[in-house]
Amino acid sequence: MKRRKKIEEQFFKGLMAASTYIIMITLLYLIYVIFKQGFRALTWEIVSQVPKGGYYFGEEGGILNAIVGSFYIAFGATILALLIGLPVALFMNVFLTRHQSALNNIRFFLDVLWGVPSIIYGAFGFALMLFLGLRASLLAGIITVTLLIVPIMIRSMDEVLRMVPGGLLEASYALGSTRTEISFKVFCRQTLPGMITAILLAFGRGIGDTASVLFTAGYTDYIPESIMQPAATLPLAIFFQLSSPIPKVQERAYASALVLTLIILFISILARVLSSKYKEHVIK
Amino acid sequence: MTDSILRVQNLNVTHASTPILRNVNIEIPRNKVTVILGPSGCGKTTLLKCMNRLIELYNGLDISGSIYLDEKEILNSKNDLTSIRQKMGLLSQRPYPLPMSIYNNIAYGLKIQGGLNKSEIADKVSHYLKIVGLWDEVKDRLKSPASRLSIGQQQRLCLARGLAVNPEIILADEPTSALDPISSTKIEEQFLELKKEYTIIVVTHILRQARRLADHVIFMYLGEVIEQGTPEEVFDNPQSPTTRQYLKVGH
Repeated sequence: MKRRKKIEEQFFKGLMAASTYIIMITLLYLIYVIFKQGFRALTWEIVSQVPKGGYYFGEEGGILNAIVGSFYIAFGATILALLIGLPVALFMNVFLTRHQSALNNIRFFLDVLWGVPSIIYGAFGFALMLFLGLRASLLAGIITVTLLIVPIMIRSMDEVLRMVPGGLLEASYALGSTRTEISFKVFCRQTLPGMITAILLAFGRGIGDTASVLFTAGYTDYIPESIMQPAATLPLAIFFQLSSPIPKVQERAYASALVLTLIILFISILARVLSSKYKEHVIK
Repeated sequence: MTDSILRVQNLNVTHASTPILRNVNIEIPRNKVTVILGPSGCGKTTLLKCMNRLIELYNGLDISGSIYLDEKEILNSKNDLTSIRQKMGLLSQRPYPLPMSIYNNIAYGLKIQGGLNKSEIADKVSHYLKIVGLWDEVKDRLKSPASRLSIGQQQRLCLARGLAVNPEIILADEPTSALDPISSTKIEEQFLELKKEYTIIVVTHILRQARRLADHVIFMYLGEVIEQGTPEEVFDNPQSPTTRQYLKVGH
């Protein structure tokens, strides 16, 4: 019996370790391929210029239009989502604490929305766009991506706010705080590290999404100068270049993928650095 | 009783038809230490939370009865909840400092009350830190996070924070249960000092602590007030067999 337990213990330890290493090696290999393929084609020209006439045939130009377009859309959507999402998350955790069934319903809906594929948001955004009489534009892209990332942001913030100790809430009430004061002066401060992570998670999702901007933001070789103009995005830049039969253009797709990966990597590191910076005030 | 600050009348709290408090009638004398004594789960904390209406944060409770603060009904009235709560400082079982600096922990209550300028706030912060004996320990690091203090220091900070909003009553819910003996003694000493200016209500299940602190004792068991009176009456000459049993076992 004792021997059997020992074997069992060894077996499951080995299984868990193997799974962990397989996942890590796969991820590292993915990054390695993107870097290896991407660096070959990555030049200063590619990140600093918009496409010239023959760019899609392997001639001069770059993907600055897509880099800038992606940032415009992701920044715009993140700010809009924050303006909508933060009040919702605070409302749920400061005002609705006594209404457990309402909370469960809201969480269920948000989880469903989180799981809805982004092409559905793209289709919805397209319908909304036609309804409002908009054309494929930066504005339509921002609105669609906002809808896509708002459930992610709310649920991430919600999970962080749920971790606030009940004693801290009671202590704040006992000092005579109103709910608004508790929301913005105590809860936001207590959860700041997690909030930053939630915001950057949503930003990362927004900048990397393809299907939601396919119909709504359009594509252009220029950097948009107003929110009514169409905007290029990095995921679509990868898609268009990779579907080209010309090898040189395909290589540039990997350069675009590398740029997108570096942006995501930078966002993740920023999230870590910022949240550990604000951790010292957190009450456990 | 001659001068009572707080009076609880026919208070009943029920959760899903299980009574938590049964017909509680008590009076809390002004500028004394009142100890609410009883075993765990007898409703002491619920009674305390009725007083500052934190009870309203909980789901599914039926509350009936009245509580009078200076002869003004506070449990049912649509009174300004903020001002009721600011009349009672709360000290909980384990300290929950606010997620900000030591200085701002005390300044917070003053700022939400309003009406003070920066230097007045600074004066009050140092004043209340001195009252709880924390000033010398923290005066060089007022800007550092309160979370870095030891748990005993945090509890004294919470006391100072509660005092700063100028309450009449201090509600202490087993305030020493998370503390080491030295920190506990400091808190107890401060209570004896503070009763000159404040009314203190201490919830505890520790008999020796009750004996050390009490001017007035309320003994509770299974949601009911079994006995109340002076320490001499309750400790030396208990009328109820339940009290006698607890005094015997609780040593």
